[in-house]
Amino acid sequence: MDTAQFIIGKFNYWVYIVLMMIGFYAMIAKRNLVKKVVGMNIFQTAIILFFISTSSKSGATIPIIQNAHGDAAGHAINVAQYANPLPHVLMLTAIVVMVSTFGVALALLIMVNRDYGTFEEDEIYETLEVLQLKK
Amino acid sequence: MEVVNSIRPVLAVGVSLLAAGLILITGERARNLREFWSILAAVLKFSIVLSMVPFILDGKLIEYTAFNIAPGLSIGFKADALGIFFGILASFLWIITSFYSIGYMRSLNEHAQSRYFACFAIALSATMGVAFSANLFTMFLFYEIITVCTYPLVAHKETPEAIRGARKYLTYLLGTSVGFQLLAIFMAYHITGTLDFSYQGIFGEARGVVSDTLIIVTFILFMAGITKAAMMPLHGWLPAAMVAPTPVSALLHAVAVVKTGVFVVVKVVVHVFGINLLWDLGLGTSLAYFASFTIVAASVIALTEDNLKARLAYSTVSQLSYVILGIALLTPSGITGSIMHIVLHAFGKITLFFTAGAIYVAAHKTKVSELDGIGKEMPFTMAAFTIGSFSMIGVPPFGGFISKWYIAMGAIEANQLPILLVLVSSTILNACYFLPIVYAAFFKSPAAAQHHHGHAREPVHGVALAGIHNPHSTGSKLHEAPAIMVIPLTLTAIGTIALFFAPDFFLEITRTALDNLRGGR
Amino acid sequence: MITQSPALLIIVPLIAALLCLLMGLIRRGVCYPFVVATLGMCVIFSFDIMGTVLREGVIRYRLGGWEPPWGIEYLIDHLNAFIAIIVSSVSFIVAIFSKKSIEQELHESKIIYFYTIFLLLITGLLGITISGDIFNIYVFLEIASLAGYALIAIGRDRAVLASFEYVVMGTIGACFYLLGVGYLYSVTGSLNIMDLTTLLPNLYQSKVILIAFAFFMVGIAIKIALFPLHVWLPDAYTYAPSTVSALVAATMTKVGAYVMIRIMFTLFQPYFSIELIPTTTILGWVAAAAMIFGGIQAIAQTDFKRTLCYILIAEIGYIVLGVSVANRSGFTGAVLHIMNDAVMMACLFFIAGAIFYKTGLRYIYEFKNLHRKMPVTITCLVIAALSVVGVPPTCGFFSKWYLVLGAIDARQWFFAFLLLASSLMVAVVFFKMVQTIFFAPAPAMEAAHAHSGTSHHNEEHKHSRDEAPASMMVPIFVMVAGILLLGIFSGQIISAIIQYTVPEGF
Repeated sequence: MDTAQFIIGKFNYWVYIVLMMIGFYAMIAKRNLVKKVVGMNIFQTAIILFFISTSSKSGATIPIIQNAHGDAAGHAINVAQYANPLPHVLMLTAIVVMVSTFGVALALLIMVNRDYGTFEEDEIYETLEVLQLKK
Repeated sequence: MEVVNSIRPVLAVGVSLLAAGLILITGERARNLREFWSILAAVLKFSIVLSMVPFILDGKLIEYTAFNIAPGLSIGFKADALGIFFGILASFLWIITSFYSIGYMRSLNEHAQSRYFACFAIALSATMGVAFSANLFTMFLFYEIITVCTYPLVAHKETPEAIRGARKYLTYLLGTSVGFQLLAIFMAYHITGTLDFSYQGIFGEARGVVSDTLIIVTFILFMAGITKAAMMPLHGWLPAAMVAPTPVSALLHAVAVVKTGVFVVVKVVVHVFGINLLWDLGLGTSLAYFASFTIVAASVIALTEDNLKARLAYSTVSQLSYVILGIALLTPSGITGSIMHIVLHAFGKITLFFTAGAIYVAAHKTKVSELDGIGKEMPFTMAAFTIGSFSMIGVPPFGGFISKWYIAMGAIEANQLPILLVLVSSTILNACYFLPIVYAAFFKSPAAAQHHHGHAREPVHGVALAGIHNPHSTGSKLHEAPAIMVIPLTLTAIGTIALFFAPDFFLEITRTALDNLRGGR
Repeated sequence: MITQSPALLIIVPLIAALLCLLMGLIRRGVCYPFVVATLGMCVIFSFDIMGTVLREGVIRYRLGGWEPPWGIEYLIDHLNAFIAIIVSSVSFIVAIFSKKSIEQELHESKIIYFYTIFLLLITGLLGITISGDIFNIYVFLEIASLAGYALIAIGRDRAVLASFEYVVMGTIGACFYLLGVGYLYSVTGSLNIMDLTTLLPNLYQSKVILIAFAFFMVGIAIKIALFPLHVWLPDAYTYAPSTVSALVAATMTKVGAYVMIRIMFTLFQPYFSIELIPTTTILGWVAAAAMIFGGIQAIAQTDFKRTLCYILIAEIGYIVLGVSVANRSGFTGAVLHIMNDAVMMACLFFIAGAIFYKTGLRYIYEFKNLHRKMPVTITCLVIAALSVVGVPPTCGFFSKWYLVLGAIDARQWFFAFLLLASSLMVAVVFFKMVQTIFFAPAPAMEAAHAHSGTSHHNEEHKHSRDEAPASMMVPIFVMVAGILLLGIFSGQIISAIIQYTVPEGF
């Protein structure tokens, strides 16, 4: 029962771990460069999920006091009832970083494709070997 | 002990460094001017060193600290009796070698002469640096500079063989000095907290604080790291370095480089570890027997070498260990003999190398078996060779006798009678590999030489050789190397004899050095 | 003193990067002097910061006046200020060097973008250096990395592919770092380093903290290319343009090493990193492996820049080793080596750049008889090489001196031996190089020349002296002078600055 509670009660963290591992696997093991980039994105998204999870509380509302939804306005400032805004803010920054990384990676991929005509690592290295032999 | 603060040691180091710059700037365009710089620097250096002698004989020290890099880590100079002794030797022989080099390089029309002379000058600077170093760090610094700047000299011919020899040279010297010596210096610093030389040895107080094993390991690392002393089994670089032009072999591999090695050994023994400590730990005796092995083994190898320079090289390996043997006995006579042997061997061996070079220039011969009857063509050269050989063997009235005598005395003082046996057997071996050359040169007929020439495929260079290769030649025609080469070798040969009759000057300095040590005790 | 120096140090290059782009679009020629001037200002700011630190102690600069732990704080002590000086000075000199090299290696239209990204990279590096907020460090780390990816990708041959590898590896590193930040935040609720320093000791038994620490270390290890996480580095730095190689090799890994020191000894206390978990022991062995591996690989390489890359990997091993022996000498050696290595690596990559600029040669076996053509450059190469090997009185000796002493003080005899052994390997590398340059048989040279089809110069110019232009030679001279002077004055540098960086308890 406890174990079940441990797994179900923290399911968002489990999802984060699974997602991160999927992304990590794709980055390390996949031979296709586009899949690597996709893996990278999954990996980063998993981290976002982790951060957001840490800030969420069940039944909490957004940290705005005046003109807030529902009951929130009626309460005094009670930390337990508000979601922590800082991780969200951090993740906004992190998303920006990740998007830029994604952009750079895609730009590089375009250049790779222009140079070698493929996204498959194996084929690229074959081409490189041929080039080396030509020298 | 009174300490004089003077910049003279630095000047002695710097003057040839400056000369190296001038040599490079002058270059091939004005060869005479370039050679003038070499000689000017040599003379200046010698006079600077001489100017320090009166202070030393008064029992004073000359000190100068150039840089303080960190606590316990400074570039400092200190001229004491031992340093002056070595300084005089190296700077005096540099003057003679400079002339000889000029003759050698011009006669053979060698390439890259500017590089050659510049590196030579830097090597001498560094040798002075070792001689006048005040701490282990400074010593190591100059020790490495010698290694690095003699590398181009060894590789001078730029043939594959020369490059291979030079690579071996650098591998041995740099490898062991960084791998062992530097580690030993670190350990010394770790154990004692200082690197400054002191007369009672900086390890004196360390005993009891750290384990004896650590001290012994450090000592072994030092001995393994000072490869320039060419103790077996780390002697292989010296024969390999014989691919260098002969003046290089003469000055560097009979004086500057190898003597730096033994000088550093002496310094480490007396100034780092201290005689008392080594005596207590029994390390001196072990070192003495180690050196004895090298003395005998190298002599045996020398017997089998047909290349004249290689034979001289192995003779050097053997003779260097005399110095180590003497110091390892840790008795006054032993130390005196050891220090004296530095100078006496230097004069003898430089003469021998000079003659080898002269023979090469005049007759293009490098093998011992080709030298039959050459004494009639090159009487001066071969006479000098004979004198050098006798000095090596240790026959009176030649210089080598004095140091051997002291070392033998030292062995008796130390109660190490087996060492006497080593001295005797080595003397016999020395005679075995030198006397046949002398005999063949003067008493064998050139006709016998002709027989050898049937096999030798020496290329014939120039008119100079025609006389020897002509079967109708009487062989008695005088055919010496240029005077600029013969005069230096005659001078050093005379020096060898003179030192037997008048060793007082050097003995006096040695005595001061010993007094310093006693004062320190 | 300029009170706003800490902020200006970041803002000036950041704004300059944007201005550079705008001005460049109007007049292309303006970029170069503008970048040099900007970085010159950064040098002034960083020295100013150092002056303040020396006079008044640690600077706690609050960005926008927000109080920590809410606002972002720039925390500057001797260590940051020192690293900031290294980064800004080296990048200033690299910028001077860049002109000719970039003009040759890049298409004309790209020069503007190059300089823009160049400034962004330096913004990132300086930001990492002076920031006192772990998330802020992450952001700057990524700014620097992203700029780095882009700059490397404009190189030749396989640069794009190498850059992509670097993106993948670098992102993993950065994400691990970010996870570390997340774990720390989830248990402490703070991101400010000083704040965390006081909060963390109570939580040292927490597994979350241990995991956070592990993520930090692995993430940083990837960023500084610590063996065995170095695989991205050789390709990336080899194929990058000469200027970029010089900049990233000299600064990026050093800044990473700084972050590692910060995390180990400021964020977490030495007690945690050394005694509670055996980080230093593990790091020590990893670093030793890096030194040996880097040395062996360097011997095996034929491409000059690639050789330098592997030497760089070995040098990172030195720095980490110095940190891991965890005593005063070792730490002093590590910090000193950060500076020395930056200077030496910049110098060597400059030389590689100058040789490539003049002759188009990349492989060591093609360097035959180069000393006839570029005697001054080769002389500088020899001096830099001696320093990397660790021959006194060059600066490389002195950092090794402290490193070995540190190893001996820690009773790690084996590490001391490995340090020297690794020096010997580097000696072999440069010895082979020097031998090739000076003692090559002449006929082989013709073949080599025919082989290198990219040679820009005619055969008849081969022997005449032909050095790189002054804008390249002057930076090389500055670096060589640095190698010699920093060695001789290392005692002063240590007593004035580095001794204050050593963590308490060492």
